[in-house]
Amino acid sequence: MTTVDTRKAAPRRRVNLHAIGPLAALVVLLLIGMALNDNFLSYGNLTNVLARSAFIGIIAVGMTFVITSGGLDLSVGSMAAFVAGVMILTMNALLPTMGLGVGVILVGILVGLLTGLFGGAINGLLITRGRIEAFIVTLGTMGIYRSLITWLADGGTLSLNYELSGVYRPVYYGGILGISWPILVFALVAIGGEIVMRHTRFGRHCAAIGSNEQVAKYSAVNVMRVRMATYVLLGILVGVATVMYVPRLGSASAATGVLWELEAIAAVIIGGTMLKGGFGRVWGTVVGVLILGFIGNILNLTDLVSPYLNGAIQGVIIILAVVLQRGGLKAH
Amino acid sequence: MTPILSLSAVTRSFGPVEVLHGLDIDLHAGEVHALIGENGAGKSTTMKIMAGFLPPTSGTVRIDGQPVTLTSAAEAEAAGIVMIHQEFNLAAHLTVTQNVFLGRELRRGLFLDHKGMRAQTQALLDRLHCHASPDARIADISVPDRQMVEIAKALSRRARVLIMDEPTAVLTDRETGVLFEQVERLKAEGVAILYTSHKLPEVRRLADRVTILRDGTRVQSGPANGMTEDKMASAMVGRDLSDLYPPKRRGGEGVILSAENICVPRFVTEASFELRQGEILGFAGLVGSGRTELMEAIAGLRPRDGIVTVNGATLTPEDMRGALDQGLVYLTEDRKECGLLLNKSLRENLTLLSLDRFSHGLIDRKAEEAALDRAIADWDIRIPHRDVLAGNLSGGNQQKLLLAKTMLTEPRIVIIDEPTRGIDIGTKQQIYRFIHRLAAEGLSVIVISSELPEVIGLCDRVIVMQAGRVAGQVSGADVNEQSIVRMAMGLQGEAA
Repeated sequence: MTTVDTRKAAPRRRVNLHAIGPLAALVVLLLIGMALNDNFLSYGNLTNVLARSAFIGIIAVGMTFVITSGGLDLSVGSMAAFVAGVMILTMNALLPTMGLGVGVILVGILVGLLTGLFGGAINGLLITRGRIEAFIVTLGTMGIYRSLITWLADGGTLSLNYELSGVYRPVYYGGILGISWPILVFALVAIGGEIVMRHTRFGRHCAAIGSNEQVAKYSAVNVMRVRMATYVLLGILVGVATVMYVPRLGSASAATGVLWELEAIAAVIIGGTMLKGGFGRVWGTVVGVLILGFIGNILNLTDLVSPYLNGAIQGVIIILAVVLQRGGLKAH
Repeated sequence: MTPILSLSAVTRSFGPVEVLHGLDIDLHAGEVHALIGENGAGKSTTMKIMAGFLPPTSGTVRIDGQPVTLTSAAEAEAAGIVMIHQEFNLAAHLTVTQNVFLGRELRRGLFLDHKGMRAQTQALLDRLHCHASPDARIADISVPDRQMVEIAKALSRRARVLIMDEPTAVLTDRETGVLFEQVERLKAEGVAILYTSHKLPEVRRLADRVTILRDGTRVQSGPANGMTEDKMASAMVGRDLSDLYPPKRRGGEGVILSAENICVPRFVTEASFELRQGEILGFAGLVGSGRTELMEAIAGLRPRDGIVTVNGATLTPEDMRGALDQGLVYLTEDRKECGLLLNKSLRENLTLLSLDRFSHGLIDRKAEEAALDRAIADWDIRIPHRDVLAGNLSGGNQQKLLLAKTMLTEPRIVIIDEPTRGIDIGTKQQIYRFIHRLAAEGLSVIVISSELPEVIGLCDRVIVMQAGRVAGQVSGADVNEQSIVRMAMGLQGEAA
């Protein structure tokens, strides 16, 4: 083993190709989009894609923390549907007593966030205190929430009162400085997530637990509390995403949020976070979300490939991303 | 006589760095050939080339005089070359029998011959005096038993060349004795054995021929008789090692830690002891005597009954953070599974235990880098470059990193479990100096060790555990091998 004079060895940054991979893929995708359709880079199209991606994106940021610490959450899609249902029922029920206005909406938002928080806490408690595997717990709660929303909607659709919808609408369709609220919220969540992951104890502890739970325990990390916190955080973010989603359609049904969990997990993996935990990258997740969003968009804008093949292309990209990551690790 | 396996002028490079410079070594039938050297001297690389895990960059590997190119471990095994790894290659969830026959299961027609495999495994285990059941899962048996299963697996492959990478690192003296019997027996059967160990007395006892490596070069090779342990050690390190242990130091009078009637379910029964200011207190006993469990319980890593006080303050059970706040820290014996995140950088490992000192809301990256600079200098951690992963360091450097990580909490009491397991003699000497330096700075240190010379060389007072109880303690001139062994075996009660 050779020794390096450590005084001279300033921290050096090596360009990490495998970290840049997803970003390069996104750039290529954007170039393809530009080449195929003049409208691709238009303000309208970009806003549309970003706003639609925001829901998955907000959830995927939370999912990054869960996966980094060696966990998984399959319940987020049906949890979102359930949260939406609870919000709509609450707001409709409060309308007669509170009257039409911002007050009802605020209560609805609060209820949405709290429902998400409780949903995450239940997952977290079963996984940490109950010592049941995350896959099993969240597979179970996924079924439970999906069934609950179907039951609440009596097999049909829960609709927000028409006038209330009008008051709530700007939360999805409005914005400031030409940027719509969902995009702004997504950006804030992403920036916050990136900072928390890279620059705080919580982020470091998540990676430590995912890397080797035993080592984390021997390093005085409260493994249960950190793990619990990741699921609660994800639950709250599911709440945030749903709060932004409800004003879009003003309704919730058994079809709301279907497969969101897989899209969120896919975005996390494409972004370079390791599925078995130990390493997570929030900005990578954002890139993953955008890649998935733009693929769908490009297929819709051009008639090169049928939009029905969207899922197939996303699947190929996910597998490719993991293969490339492995190649990158080998080269390391 | 033609050697069964020989390497001539073998080199090996990793990227631009050559780690093995033109090595010659011959393994003869019926001979135990010891390969010794410090960590990083090139022993592992040599063994991996022999066992087909790594191809040489240049040079020739010959089997029975014929040049061969081994491209995989399977090919080497087919040629009769079997390696027993230091990190076990056992599937934790399979049974002992399934592991022994993994990859070459016996069949009867289309189906597995469970009975036959079980019987053969039982016979092998009996031969090794190993009491593990062939039906037990690997995860459920002790570490020494796992080592025996590894050896049984190698025996079942009818090896012509057996490569043993520190097989005794996790064995007790009695198990080591059993292993030696088997080595002698294989030798008599004409197997060529390559043996590595950091324990020079073993090498002295077992080896017919010794090859000493330093920095990837053979510095000495020859018959074992005529080579003393001192000569071997000096050749390995390249300097004189007569003063392995610094002069002993006596603790102060004040009691800084007291443990009363500590019970850990299944492991420890009513253990009581006191630690004095500035003392280096030894804990001896057989593997499995409850030393580690006792210390983990005191440090807040295991449930316990009983009272622990540090400087008058009582510690809450199962509260490691609380123990740290009182200045008590425990350094694990298992640096790979409990000590370090092997796939993380040095910086992240160094600060993990004391991250609160580096974070005021956000983590102060600059302070972390500065701490790493200091740690590398203070603990003499030798690294190829700064962004190396902890898992790529040699055992000695990992141990130094773990020490640095632990000391970053600025403790007053340090419990070090097996401070030098699997570490070369040069680094050992360094670590002993470090431990003395800590005590000289006023810290109180507890050293748990299965290596008696280490406890005897370091400590002025030694507590001996046996079957989960404190069997007794010795101090001053009574700290010697005989009195400790007698207590550890349960031959003597409260004595001295």
